[in-house]
Amino acid sequence: MIPFGEFGFFLPVIILAIPAIILGLKGRTIRWYNLIISIYMVYNILSGMHVAREHFLLFFVFEWFIIKGYSYLRQRKNLTVFYFLALIGSFLPLVFEKRLIPGINFIGFLGISYLTFKCVQMVMEIKDGLIEKVKFFDFASFMFFFPTLSSGPIDRFRRFTKDLATKPSGEEYRELLLKGIQKIFLGFLYKFIIGFLVKTYWLDPIGSSHSFLTTMNYMYAYTMYLFFDFAGYSSFAVGTSYVLAIRTPDNFNKPFISSSIKDFWNRWHMTLSTWFRDYVYMRLIYYFVKKKIRINKYVLSYIGYFLLFGLMGLWHGSDLFYIVYGLYHAVMMTGFDVFSQLNKDWKLWGSGKGWNLLSILVTFHFVCFGFLIFSGHIGYLNWVLLLIIIPLTILLFMIQIIQSAHKKLEMQKA
Amino acid sequence: MMMSREKVLNILTRICDSKEIMSNPDVELYTKGLLDSFGTVQFIVALEEELNISVSITEIDRELWATPNKIIDYLEANYPQ
Repeated sequence: MIPFGEFGFFLPVIILAIPAIILGLKGRTIRWYNLIISIYMVYNILSGMHVAREHFLLFFVFEWFIIKGYSYLRQRKNLTVFYFLALIGSFLPLVFEKRLIPGINFIGFLGISYLTFKCVQMVMEIKDGLIEKVKFFDFASFMFFFPTLSSGPIDRFRRFTKDLATKPSGEEYRELLLKGIQKIFLGFLYKFIIGFLVKTYWLDPIGSSHSFLTTMNYMYAYTMYLFFDFAGYSSFAVGTSYVLAIRTPDNFNKPFISSSIKDFWNRWHMTLSTWFRDYVYMRLIYYFVKKKIRINKYVLSYIGYFLLFGLMGLWHGSDLFYIVYGLYHAVMMTGFDVFSQLNKDWKLWGSGKGWNLLSILVTFHFVCFGFLIFSGHIGYLNWVLLLIIIPLTILLFMIQIIQSAHKKLEMQKA
Repeated sequence: MMMSREKVLNILTRICDSKEIMSNPDVELYTKGLLDSFGTVQFIVALEEELNISVSITEIDRELWATPNKIIDYLEANYPQ
């Protein structure tokens, strides 16, 4: 069954939530009950797919050994080689599942990419000394937690276990419960009413013509559908977590009022973008800054964008359009930054209400075009885009380098 | 090395390139766009090198670290010297 997608999922969830709500309102802990129903739900969620349950278990045991083993070694000796081995190990199931290594037949299961990210994050925080001891109960609760199993939001281990360890009072739980129910209703409105209507009456009837106007229409329709469907799902997942006294972080914050592409990535699929920000981008920058490697700071930041969004594209899948989607966003982020630098001197883009509105409109269209790529709808045009992206990237890097050199010269004069 | 309020504010002023840090230590660093991921990393490295405080990247919660005053409170509570 598909989580938050069909009646067969909601019925057991509603029934299983009742004891949790009673325990919560009485101010009792729900954590044991949570784990038991999560195991039951995961067993059911993975019922439809061939060997998914077996692969889930295999994955779980494998990651447990990596994480437990690494935290044991780390406490004794903080060796980089252990860290890299654990890091590669924790990533391995996803590499197999995406078929990046031929010959290994690991089909995986629904949600494997999300769960892998949860594990990789743990390895990195063990390295940093932020996670010291990993208890089996905590790890199992974190991995099995069924509301976020299939598509996130991607929670963090330390945040999650803090919720497990603190028992809210009856009054606190009541507040959380009400917020959760609100989110569940919002999810219902987004996914099953708006998302459904957009799909049935707008997206599906568009047909397969690839004329300019049809493609434009498809782009808007797909973007709207993607948002309402995914934000709706996320709202269900967060709301259900609240009912179980777990404050899973939100995934969306009004992404279509973003005033820039940078702003957009702080509002869209937030748990994924902050994951990449914290565990990829910032770590790369840290390495360069710490080692005092002499490199233009803007160029370094743009290399970071390409790594971040390149990996994000690959994470979605190894198809060409996912990779182009990632690179497209890296170019947008870089382009926006170069433009803001130039704008400081040239004042091409003003401020005020009208300009703000224009920023939102322009950002929205760049975002929509990104989703058009993401939809896989444009076929061979992806190759054309790739041919545009490469020289555009070089151009942007060059503008930034010239701009920096120019600034330095002016500073020296002054 | 002692961690002092003054020193932390100085580092922040340098990295954010803004005098507002000193005049208003309750300014929202992230929402106002004074600090971003890149600046945060520079700040962490500066803390390490100048004040001998090692904060790791994922320790930073943008809500706990929202303003200069909050950062100082966090550092004082978690890295007493």
